[in-house]
This record gives sequence, C-alpha cells and structure tokens, in this order.
Amino acid sequence: MARYLTSVGMEVHAELLTRSKMFCRCEVGFGGEPNTRVCPVCLGLPGALPVPNRVAIEMVLRTALALNCQIAYDSVFHRKNYFYPDLPKGFQVSQYGETNPLGYYGTLDIPAADGGTKTVRIRRVHLEEDTGKLMHLPGGGSGVDYNRAGVPLMEIVTDFPPDITTPDEARDYLQQLRLVLLYLGVCDGKMEQGSMRCEPNISIRPEGSETYGTKTELKNLNSFRSVQMGVEYETERQSQVIESGGRVVQETRGWNESTQSSFAMRTKESEQDYRYFPCPDLVPMHFEEASIERLRATIPELPLAKQRRYQGEFGLSEYDAGVLVGDQSWAGFFEEAVGQGGDPKAVCNWMNGDLLRLLNETGQVALAGGQAVAHGHGTPATVSKVTPAHIVDLVRLVGSGQINSKTAKTLLDDAFSSGDMPSRLVEAKGLTQISDDGFIKETVAQVIAENPGPVEQYKSGKQGVIGFLVGQVMKSSQGRANPTMVQDEMRRQLGE
Amino acid sequence: MLTQLTAAETAAKLRSREVGAVEVAQAHLDRIARLDPEFKAFLTVHPERTLAEAEAAQKRIDAGEAGPLTGVPIAIKDNVSTEGVPTTCASNVLKGYVPPYDATVVSRLREAGLVSLGKTNLDEFAMGTSGENSAFQVTKNPWGRDLVPGGSSSGSAAAVAGELAPLSLGSDTGGSIRMPAALCGIVGYKPTYGRVSRYGLVAFGSSLDQIGPFGRTVEDAALLAEAVSGYDPLDSTSLDVPPVSTEALKDGNVRGLRIALPRQFMGEAIQSGVREALEAALDVLRREGAEVSEIDLPSVAVGVTTYYIIAPAEASSNLARFDGIRYGGQVEGDGHIGVVASTRGGLFGHEVKLRIMVGTYALSAGYYDAYYNRAQQVRAVMAAEFETAFQEFDLVVSPASPIVAFPVGGLSQDPLALKLLDLCTIPANMGGFPSLSIPCGYADDLPVGMLLNGPVGQDERLLQAAYAIERALPWGYRRPPMP
Ligand SMILES: [Zn+2]
Repeated sequence: MARYLTSVGMEVHAELLTRSKMFCRCEVGFGGEPNTRVCPVCLGLPGALPVPNRVAIEMVLRTALALNCQIAYDSVFHRKNYFYPDLPKGFQVSQYGETNPLGYYGTLDIPAADGGTKTVRIRRVHLEEDTGKLMHLPGGGSGVDYNRAGVPLMEIVTDFPPDITTPDEARDYLQQLRLVLLYLGVCDGKMEQGSMRCEPNISIRPEGSETYGTKTELKNLNSFRSVQMGVEYETERQSQVIESGGRVVQETRGWNESTQSSFAMRTKESEQDYRYFPCPDLVPMHFEEASIERLRATIPELPLAKQRRYQGEFGLSEYDAGVLVGDQSWAGFFEEAVGQGGDPKAVCNWMNGDLLRLLNETGQVALAGGQAVAHGHGTPATVSKVTPAHIVDLVRLVGSGQINSKTAKTLLDDAFSSGDMPSRLVEAKGLTQISDDGFIKETVAQVIAENPGPVEQYKSGKQGVIGFLVGQVMKSSQGRANPTMVQDEMRRQLGE
Repeated sequence: MLTQLTAAETAAKLRSREVGAVEVAQAHLDRIARLDPEFKAFLTVHPERTLAEAEAAQKRIDAGEAGPLTGVPIAIKDNVSTEGVPTTCASNVLKGYVPPYDATVVSRLREAGLVSLGKTNLDEFAMGTSGENSAFQVTKNPWGRDLVPGGSSSGSAAAVAGELAPLSLGSDTGGSIRMPAALCGIVGYKPTYGRVSRYGLVAFGSSLDQIGPFGRTVEDAALLAEAVSGYDPLDSTSLDVPPVSTEALKDGNVRGLRIALPRQFMGEAIQSGVREALEAALDVLRREGAEVSEIDLPSVAVGVTTYYIIAPAEASSNLARFDGIRYGGQVEGDGHIGVVASTRGGLFGHEVKLRIMVGTYALSAGYYDAYYNRAQQVRAVMAAEFETAFQEFDLVVSPASPIVAFPVGGLSQDPLALKLLDLCTIPANMGGFPSLSIPCGYADDLPVGMLLNGPVGQDERLLQAAYAIERALPWGYRRPPMP
C-alpha cells in the first residue's frame, strides 16, 4: 500500500461574545424558549434594516491582529444569497473577496512535536451573521428557532496549500485558536454548545505527488477529540477508497460520535453560486491607522508564547507550562504569585497539584487580584478564597523549613475553606516544624525501643524498614518533626 | 369643501379652531367611501383607527401642543410597514401580512400628529411606471378614469390629486414618486438619499429607494418632508443631518436662478405637447429673470439600461425573503425548495419575476463584472456629470415624464417603451440627489410635470426654487375634472 500525505484546511466559526446581535439589539444567549430573542431585523421582516454592531467589528479586528493578519482598512459587508429555512432574509450578510475580509494573510503558531513551534498560515478572518436553527418538532414536522439568527459570527480560515498535515496538528491548531480567542475575550469557545464550530476539509495524496486530492468536508465535530478522530478516520477512509480503485467524491460528511465514523451528507459536485455583492443597506467600513493601533495595544501575550516563556524563564516543563496557560486566569494567578516573590517552580507545583484538585472538587475558580470574573454567557462560578498571596505564603513556609510538605497540604486545605493565610494558621495551631536536636534524638530512641521487631529486620539487612520507623517518629510528633533530621538520626542510632 | 384645502390651509384652520380634526378626517373618509370605488387608490382604509387618531390630534390641538401638520390626514403607500395594519406591497406573496412594527416615517407621522387614512395601491413591490402592476387593482387617474395614474406610487398620487387625502407618502426608486405626480398633476418630491429613513420601507433597490411626499403644493410637500425626515439610527444609510427645514421656504426667487436644460431630455423621446408645455414654462421663468442654458449630460443616454441592472440586482436579493415560510402567502410544494419555488412562482406577478430573474442573472458568477460592476461604474460617471453641472447651475430641469397620462393598457404591449419613460427621473436615484416634479402646464388638457433636480443635500434650496417657480407660473394649480 502506498503512503499517503494528509492535508487539512480548517474553517472555524466562532460566535462572538457581544451582548447584542450583529445587526440588531436583540440579546445574545444560549438556550431558552425558541424565538424569544428576535425582532423585525433578525427575523428579516419586510422593511427592517441592519445596523452593524461596533463591538463585534472590534472583536474581529483584535482577533485578526492577534493572528498577525493584514487589516482591511477599507472593508465592506456582502450578501451571500441562497435559500434555506434557517436563513430569514434569503441571504446571509458576510464578507467576500481576497483582501476585503477585516483580516487576511495571517498566521497562528502551534506547538511542534520537537518542542518548538509550527506556523499555520491563515487565509482570512471575517465577520458575518449566524443563521437560525432547524428543529424537529415533537409532533412531527420541523420548525426554525431564530434566537441564533443574527448572532455575530467570526470565520477563520486557514490558507491553501494547507499547513496542517496530521490529526494531531488539526487538534493542536484548534486548541491554540480556541485559547487565543479566550485570551482575547471574543468567544467562549464552547464546542459542545456550538459557540465554536470547526469544519475541517481533508484530502490525501500519494507521497511525492504535487497535486492535492479531492477534499471532503467534515461537520458535526463538537470536541477536540472528535476533530482529531475525524481527520484520522477520513484519512483512512479516503486511502481505502483509493486503494480499492475508487475515487474520492467531493462532499460534505457528518461525524457520528457514537460510531466514530463519518457518513455522506451531501455532494458538492456543482459549486453553488452565492451571487455575492456589497450589501447596499450597510455603508462601507473605513478604519484609521490610529484606531487599529489602539486595538493592537489591547492584544495580550498569546498562550503559546506565554507557555514557551514559562519554560525558558522559569524552567517549567512543557506540560506544566501548558496547564498554566491553558486558562488565562490561571496564568494570571501564576504570574501574580511569581510577581509577589513566590518561587516559580514551587508555585506551579502547588497550583497544578493540590490547588487545582481542590478547585475541581468544588467547582470553584481561582482569580488573581483585580481580575474580572471570566466573561461568558453562563453563570459565573464561585471565586475561591485562595489568592496568589496564599500560595506565596505557603511556598515560603515550606521553603524556609518552617513546615514540611505534609503539613503544607493540610494547611492549603484549611486555607481553601477558611481563606486564612497559611502563616496565620501555623501560628494559631502551633504547626511549626520541629528541628530541635534533643527532641528528635529522644523520639527516635523511643521509637527504636518500642519496635524491636522492625529494628531486628533492619539490622538483618532489610533496609526498607527504615521508612516505617521514620513514619512512627512523624506520627508521634503529629507530622511536625523535620523529616530529613529524623531520617539522619534514625540511621545514626540504628547503626550504633 | 374641506377636502379641497391644502394641508397648510387645513392645519391653519385646525389651529384656529375653525374646524375640528375629527370633522376633517370624516370629510376625507366620506369622500373615500364615495369616490374610491372608482379611483381604487386605497388597498386598506380603517375609519375607526383614523377617527381615533383624529380625536388624539384634536386633544393636542386643544392643549396647544399642535405641530405644523397636527390633525392633517395622510395616506401611506402600502410598501411602508405599519404596525397592526396590513402591508402588502400590492402582492399576493404578502397577502394577509400584518407587520408587528412601524416604519420610522410612520412613527414620525404619529409624533407629528398626522391622521392616517389608510394604505394606498402601488405597482407590485413598487415595480412599474404606469401603476398597472398591482396584484389587486388598477388605480385610475382622476384626470380621466381610463387613464393610468403613473407608478409605482399610483394610489398615493391619485389619492392626493383626487382629494381623497391632502398628503401622502410614496417611495421612489427610479421615479416612482415623480412619475405619478407628473401624470396626476401634483407635486411629488424625492429627497436626497438618506434624508428620510428607509427603516420599514419594504426594500426594492436599497441603494436607490427613498420615501418622499406628495402634495398639491410645494409647501405641503415640504411640510411633510420636514415631518418625516432626519437622522435615524435604525437606518445605517441615513444621513446624520437635521430634518428638511421649511423655515426659508418662501424666501426664494426665480430671478437669478441658474437653470440647466440637458439636451438629452428634450429629444425625440419627449412628446411634443410635453416639450411645448415645458418650454412655455421656461419662457415664463426667463421673463422672470431666470437664466436657462442648454447643457449636455451624455451618460443619461444609458441611464435606463444601467438602472435596469442595478435595481433588479438589488431586488433579486431583497425579495429573496418572500419564500412562504414565515409570513404572507404560501403555495404547497415538495419539501422546502418545493414550497419556495411554488410560492414564488405562483404568488409573484410577472413584472416582479422578470426583474428577479434579470437581477439574478446580473449577479451571477461570470456575469457580475460585465453587468453589475459595469453598471455601478456607469452610475458613478452619471453622478459625477450631474455634480459638475450643479457647480454651475442651481437646477437641472427636464420633463418629469416624456408623455402625459395614457390609457390603461395603452403600453402594455410595449414593456420597453414603458421602461424608457423613466429616462428623466432615474438619474436622481443613481446620484442620490433631491428631485421634484411640479405641474408646469397642460398638454391635451392633461397635466405636464417639470422635474427639478438639485445638488445632494441641498433639499432646502431645491424646495425654495420649486416654491418660487410654482408662484411664477401663471396657470396655477388645476383640479382634475371630478366631483
Ligand atoms: Zn433582533
């Protein structure tokens, strides 16, 4: 069997986190009774006219800037004409053309297998309006919910020829893009709710061939994993078609999550003519360079750059740095703790270890000071009482030898529920680590006297028993004895 | 008789309590009941609503809160959205559609205290020159019951000429206000594009459409324009300028007016009687001290052709929403596309389907550049030619219609000739500049309209000139032969 190269183009639609829709003042939301967030404009009633949402335009411009795009200083909206029941006006307001989309010719870096980065070229970033949603009615027949109609939708399309060549890269691209959108605060990135939708087009070609194969487009992918699995499946399916002497058909295929396979939805033999033309109801947009620069100044450090910086600057592992940057507020928490003088590695370990566990168990979020509660259309989560200052305090207590790590874990649990500073808890509970020579000698001697059996085993060569004996010392000191000193003293006394 | 008064006279009598708003409304309702079965100007009348609005207007008058037109009745073209009142665009595809919202102009009429009489007939979706394309009825010209009133605002023009209403609103995409104004012998005014909000006007050619007033005098039309114009945040193409002002309306003078007469508008296509009437009127203006110069505007020769690419292209997209799924009529069909096809095929009239097809073709891949793009370039050239003319002249003048009112059915065998009648009115929509038709004389005892075009945004100056010209012409306003 010949070897095949995979090429994946990615088309991502992201619903923007604006309060109101793209061309009317209806609220943007998720769920709710059908057709309750509608008005003459988004229902396309005769005579209604669109008024563009400036916030949405700015969000797309910021995304385009973050993706290193060229900006269309003069840009227009087009009408894309086609008939579909979820399309109330018989056209969708969108953006057409090579250099007319708000952003074009950009790039997004994704992590490469060798620990470096790989650049994926972006063809365009444009703004359009979402359609309604077809629904099957319980009593049979179908209806349309227009709550989603007119929600601002950003389309981000990768360039051709495709830079993405493996299922892993497809997943990584999507993860990075989602993170960038979250960092910019322009999309909540909820793939399962459809606020971020991905339609990869996949083609294969024999190794050495310059000609790209016929592509199929995949729909209904609602997780990173399904994107990865879908690309993998399509690659395999297409190569089997070719190997068995068949021909790959240009078509749109749906992904079936339960069977982990794709199925044909509709063929795209003839290209539909959308009769794009500039929307005469909207005036052409023009942007001054100064206002674009103002927007550029609001672009935060992007997640992958941040991750690589954490690795280089603080010596964190790729995994740990990845966990930190995986959530902007988490990275902000980390940076604030480090800014307050916490040792980066220790802060990272406590955050990604025990604190993360506690947060997950309680469904809380941890925020750095002055940070706004993450926006989104869902209800905000409870904010944890643990702040960066708590973690810095904890790291200092351990670092200076005042408490051991076992005590520290208990302290974090305590601080998590009470909100008290660890050092205050140490004082209140008298939890300081005991490094008193006399006390340790005495306790070790006592444990040796009380455990003749294990002592005998140790002396006959079972060195591992020392762990048990040290544990007994820690137990009788309620965990406060300095474990290194106990270990040394135990060896010394047993060796006598 | 109350129905013969101009809007300004009626408003004055209302303010002086000589008459009451309900009395005025009732007089018009009575006349509609008596004459509209013959004129067929209205598609909907709603006497109860009219009288309730008249009562509310009277309260405002009594409270001393009356505006310039409070209590004056008005008729509204049926392609303007009115909450709770059917809005059909004279099309079967919108039969039974009752909008849940008011167009901005309708809200402004209400704020100004005007009293609505009902909705007037039109060529289906405002597509027509004669007024014969309504799916429901053919409105008759008060000047002769076998004559067309002109279109597409046929009902609005006939209602004002026939004294069923002192004022009405129409819409103008290529001459739809000015053509029927000329044929019915009244004043019809298309403001600068963007001065009157299009929010709630069912779109035909969005970049050309403009709502405007009909009146029997320039003053009436100007007062109505003042009431409905001004910036509207709901229309992105609305101009952020104050409403059309009537403050200095009467300060104009014919003396010193620099008038351009393009040769292209006085050629073969113009009926001799129309040409003679216009020349006679211009002679009067010359004697009164106006300078009239002949000029050339070569691009207008392709105006109609260009218009019949741009307008249908935009219409083909604007009318895509009428698919029978959400509102209006529906014809059964197989599946979604089946319903759409049978609804649109069955419920749109011939002219509408023709234009949708022409427009669809013009926007199709491979033809876009040759047609739509090219037409937009020609449009820019035409606008620039007029702009240059306006640097030298106050007005560009021509006949509003090349011919006077003609018999119903008279041109239906020659659709091209019918479309060529828009020759003089189309440039104002292409260039977005204000344009107005006033009666300037008579040919074969039928009214001839003079078209006055002014520079973009200079609506006040145009109205001022029109007011002065109206005064200068000795034959004055003539009533049609009717009861
Ligand atoms: Zn809405």
